[in-house]
Amino acid sequence: MSIRERMSGNEAVAYAIRQVNPDVMAAFPITPSTEIPQMVSTFIANGDIDTEFIPVESEHSSMSATMGACAAGARAITATSSCGLAFMWEVLYVAASDRLPVVMAVVNRALTGPININCDHSDSMGARDSGWLQIYAETNQEAYDNYIQSFRIAEHPDVKLPMMVCQDGFITSHAVMNIELIEDEKVKSFVGSYEPENYLLNPEMPMAIGPYANSPFYMETKMNQRIAMKNAKKVILDVAKEFEKISGRSYGLFEEYHMEDAEYVIVIMGSAAGTTKDAVDELRAKGVKAGMIKVRVFRPFPGEELAAALKDAKAIAIMDRAESFSGMGGPLGSELKAALMDAGCKATVVNNFYGIGGRDYTVEDAEAIYNDLMEFEAGTKPFKQFRYIGLRK
Amino acid sequence: MSKATDVTKINEKSPYYDITPGNQIYGGGGARKFTTGEWRTETPVVDWDKCTQCLLCTPCCPDSSIPVKDGKREDFDYDHCKGCGICAKVCPFKAITMKEGI
Repeated sequence: MSIRERMSGNEAVAYAIRQVNPDVMAAFPITPSTEIPQMVSTFIANGDIDTEFIPVESEHSSMSATMGACAAGARAITATSSCGLAFMWEVLYVAASDRLPVVMAVVNRALTGPININCDHSDSMGARDSGWLQIYAETNQEAYDNYIQSFRIAEHPDVKLPMMVCQDGFITSHAVMNIELIEDEKVKSFVGSYEPENYLLNPEMPMAIGPYANSPFYMETKMNQRIAMKNAKKVILDVAKEFEKISGRSYGLFEEYHMEDAEYVIVIMGSAAGTTKDAVDELRAKGVKAGMIKVRVFRPFPGEELAAALKDAKAIAIMDRAESFSGMGGPLGSELKAALMDAGCKATVVNNFYGIGGRDYTVEDAEAIYNDLMEFEAGTKPFKQFRYIGLRK
Repeated sequence: MSKATDVTKINEKSPYYDITPGNQIYGGGGARKFTTGEWRTETPVVDWDKCTQCLLCTPCCPDSSIPVKDGKREDFDYDHCKGCGICAKVCPFKAITMKEGI
């Protein structure tokens, strides 16, 4: 029997870490992810787990220590947010190109500046090209479920890539919600032990990791990373199927909400999907064919699959919680529009920015976006791209 | 556990699928087969008349490019010497000079 509890997103991830009992955690505190290493430290102090905790002096060091431990043969994890993630930047790329399956809990927070501790996706979106897998949660339940699945995905022989397991700062990480936890033994047997084929501390087979790869080798290395990233799609779906057997909860690359006959669709990520679902429910009650897609997996980007799911939509609003400062769209908008164009999509597609730096995104905001989509499509309102939702004017 | 990587078979003509994940090299000792001497811009040359076989140069070489056999140093391993010049600096008998070029 699963365990019914109530806890925050941070507590849920820390609970999962206790169940997984990884070999090494190296972390440096930063709001709003601080609670995760703090709670793990408590588990260690209480003798619940035997994880080696490395209290490092910075996030550059936490990522370096994590990937070093992973290269040595350990199952190694860390957690961070915002500027902490930015400070890891250099090492993120090394972990990915060295194909080290470390798992990092990211509690999404705006990047400074101006200084701001609230949620947006600018931290992990900034790292979207680093070669890491990225998976996003709407709720504490999804943060917990994604975290448990992440090890199987990252460590899979066809993948071997590091993975960010993201949840929205404060909204998900600190809000206490109901949750269904899985028993320790079930989680342990699902995750299994980490048995890397090759590792630095193996005296039987010494090895070199991260050799110099100049122009004759760099592109071949990147192609191999690209293939691993593409392979991850199937692995993510396979792991989700197995996870459903122990949890009863099913996951895909994205979640479709009332998409069967949807004509007006919002595509969004993270906690704001819940808000959008409320708007869909209200519009559906009025007879509007509203639908929503919540992107769960951003890396690898499920472009073809999303385009297929959106093929019958008349108008689509893609919602970005991070600026790109291209003067055009955000990361999700730009990538999804490219995928839609490749698929020959003829729908009206608009890309909006919302919730940046923790700005509220309400059910009314979502309804207004659906109403705009209907008006854009009917030609009764001038079409406007790249709006800031909730901006004071 | 992977087999030892044959670094002589991974070269500038290798397709991407023949390269190990993360470019990992198994088995160790691969540097011996990888010629790096061409990085040199200056080359150490021994004057055997001045060399007293004190062997001070050998442990100072950062690239293990001064082989020793039967208690005596031999000529440089020019496949791996990068011409840093430390040996010339530490030699008390000025038996090593740096010549320009490879």
